[in-house]
Amino acid sequence: MIPEIGHFSLILALLVAVLLGTLPIVGAARGNEVWMGLAKPLARTQFLLIAFTFVCLAYSFASMDYSVAYVAKNSNSKLPIQFRIAAVWGGHEGSLLLWALILSIWTLAVSIFSKHIPDDTRARILGVMGLISVGFLLFMLAVSNPFERLIPAAVDGSDLNPLLQDPGMIFHPPMLYMGYVGFSVAFAFSIAALIGGQLDAAWARWSRPWTTLAWVFLTLGIMAGSNWAYYELGWGGWWFWDAVENASFMPWLVGTALIHSLAVTEKRGSFKAWTVLLAICAFSLSLLGTFLVRSGVLTSVHAFATDPRRGIFILAFLVVVIGGSLALFAWRATSVGRGGKFDVVSRESFLLANNVLLAVAALSVLLGTLYPLFVDALGLGKISVGPPYFNAVFAPLMAPAIFLMGIGPIAQWKEASLPELSTRLRWAFAISVMTAIALPLWLGNLTPWIGFGLFLGFWVLASTVILLKQRLAINPSSSLIARLKANSRSWWGMVIAHLGVAVFIFGVTIVKGYESETAVKMFPGDVTHLAGFDFKFNGVSGHQGPNYRANRGEFVVSKNGEVRTVLTSEKRLYTVTNMPMSEAGISPAFIHDLYASLGEPLENGAWSVRLYHKPMVEWIWFGCLMMGFGGLLALTDKRYRIKKRSKSVNSQLSEVAI
Amino acid sequence: MKPVVRALIPLAIFLALAFFLYKGLFLNPKEVPSPMIGKAAPVFTLPRLDDPTKVASSQELLGKVWLFNAWASWCATCREEHPVLMEMSKIPEINLVGLNYKDTNPEATEVLNKSGNPYQLVVTDNDGKVGIDYGVVATPETYLIDKKGIIRYKKIGEITREDLYTTILPLVKELQK
Repeated sequence: MIPEIGHFSLILALLVAVLLGTLPIVGAARGNEVWMGLAKPLARTQFLLIAFTFVCLAYSFASMDYSVAYVAKNSNSKLPIQFRIAAVWGGHEGSLLLWALILSIWTLAVSIFSKHIPDDTRARILGVMGLISVGFLLFMLAVSNPFERLIPAAVDGSDLNPLLQDPGMIFHPPMLYMGYVGFSVAFAFSIAALIGGQLDAAWARWSRPWTTLAWVFLTLGIMAGSNWAYYELGWGGWWFWDAVENASFMPWLVGTALIHSLAVTEKRGSFKAWTVLLAICAFSLSLLGTFLVRSGVLTSVHAFATDPRRGIFILAFLVVVIGGSLALFAWRATSVGRGGKFDVVSRESFLLANNVLLAVAALSVLLGTLYPLFVDALGLGKISVGPPYFNAVFAPLMAPAIFLMGIGPIAQWKEASLPELSTRLRWAFAISVMTAIALPLWLGNLTPWIGFGLFLGFWVLASTVILLKQRLAINPSSSLIARLKANSRSWWGMVIAHLGVAVFIFGVTIVKGYESETAVKMFPGDVTHLAGFDFKFNGVSGHQGPNYRANRGEFVVSKNGEVRTVLTSEKRLYTVTNMPMSEAGISPAFIHDLYASLGEPLENGAWSVRLYHKPMVEWIWFGCLMMGFGGLLALTDKRYRIKKRSKSVNSQLSEVAI
Repeated sequence: MKPVVRALIPLAIFLALAFFLYKGLFLNPKEVPSPMIGKAAPVFTLPRLDDPTKVASSQELLGKVWLFNAWASWCATCREEHPVLMEMSKIPEINLVGLNYKDTNPEATEVLNKSGNPYQLVVTDNDGKVGIDYGVVATPETYLIDKKGIIRYKKIGEITREDLYTTILPLVKELQK
């Protein structure tokens, strides 16, 4: 009964979404206040219905109702409860339901936190989000119904993919989707502004916190995914340029460009058309990512079952949403004013250059991801594009962007002086170059890549120090704390996020330059030396998990005879799916990770084993955390907390982050 | 460029992209050429199906052009392919070697006894290790290996008569020159 109620609730949600997607927009066009006023209650009703549907599906999983096909396919009676719940989004249908749920959460949030937005604009925003919701709900009901019954019911489920039975599964998809779908808000704001013809600083100011929040979720979601791949796949890698990873990375790149471009639009009134285009692109890439994953056009470890009907449905939806909004853009954007003028050397110019670089980087990732598809579609054969392409194209695009990142915050709006900038930054530059050469020499391995990577990291660090010094030199008579407080939280957010980028670069450079690994055959009692550490293999013992059997290998790691840590790595066999899985043994630390991964059993009790020494690899994820924290800090800025804000554009523009 | 035209660029790019995505829906991403083509065929030494106490090695086949066909008794497509293999076995230029993949000897022998044995030699790869070396994704899979032991052609899935007469046989004749 519960699944049918869930199904019914989903149908009701679709009806509500259809109303939400039409009445308020028509109301806004005709000035009908009653229709516009429907947006809020409809958004809330839609949320309640979708949340209820989600609870119904989760209940079917929790109560092990194997008469529901989707539950039978993705769960098992021996699956622990936390994974039984996470299994709700372990397959195609449930992922879509999660998508729709998160969209309804964002819609609800907009309906609550939009008191200062004019009624017609709010009606349009919620209406656009309702239309997106219609697409997804229709998709689910038409070709991806999670409540479809299995007759006769299965005795037991065929279990969740063991790769997904990990705490990462509980956090990564919801975070990532919060980010993906969060860009729908900026998208809806832009479409509403294009329809209403009000592309002004107020529009940028409303969009900013929403976009930043979505960006924070996406940053943390990608970070969680990367970290998960690092310990779950057992290859010691943290980024594979896999099509699905790229699908999440492209919106991130464009979203990063968008939050910077929004800052310029809010502060200076420039880049309006560009900002709108970025907002459309960020969400379009999120949709495209959904299409790539859900339609199965690209093979990937993440891809789920392929069904051409599904692919065609999403593609048609993409064409309507993206094509429609780009057509609207082409029609309305030409009438957008130019905004404030700025000099070639100015903060606007640096931000614009950065924006272009980020957008081009996103395009190059898109090209690399889809190139095999293009070649195949033209009948030119099958090729695959791997990490060599991405590394060769991506790094040269990001390097100047990161260099500009050091200059932008120090440069003045409108017109900056190049000689003055170079005077200010020459020490930062000199110190960065010297450290970038001296440090690798001291560590014993200087290659151009290591040197260049370290230079960029130190450059961001040193230029941020200069920026801090410059800001704190204002009002030297007041106390240090007062001077620290004089800068807004969004400014501090920017500083922390930029430092996060530096930390990230250090992590990537050092781990790429100095990691070591070995694949060996080890008998119990054997010792393998790696990077100055001795890994002693203590053999393997059998363990029984809830739904798997495991061989647990123990490695005692010591340095100069002193025991540092004990790593346990498991080779699991999930009994229902009969799939083997590795659980790497990792000792994470600030300086380095020690990593052991148990391979296959060999003859006479020997095992194939992979050992890694990964210096500073944790910095990669710590850098991402800093970026996310910076974004959150910016959100708590008092500009966004002012209760009553005038609707006029130029009043109360307090100091702005960038 | 006129601003109107410029504003249309993103839409044009997207529509081109959508076209490719549409085409992509009807392609099979699993049809990837084997990276093994042009490379030396992995060397193996495996028990023979007809007499498991004896082994056969790929080294013994050097100097011959041979087809290496991975099959199993549990594989339905292999049964569909079987008549073509039988036809192949009557062509004098073709040396067909079978790789009995992840199977058991009694079941494999029964299939060959019942429906005929197209192979000159069958080696057994019960645990699938040699299959992994060759990159067998699914049975049946067939490799064409030249006199020097280089893989020249690979087909994932069943060999059709068309494959046999338009691709495999001309290639075999060419390689035997």
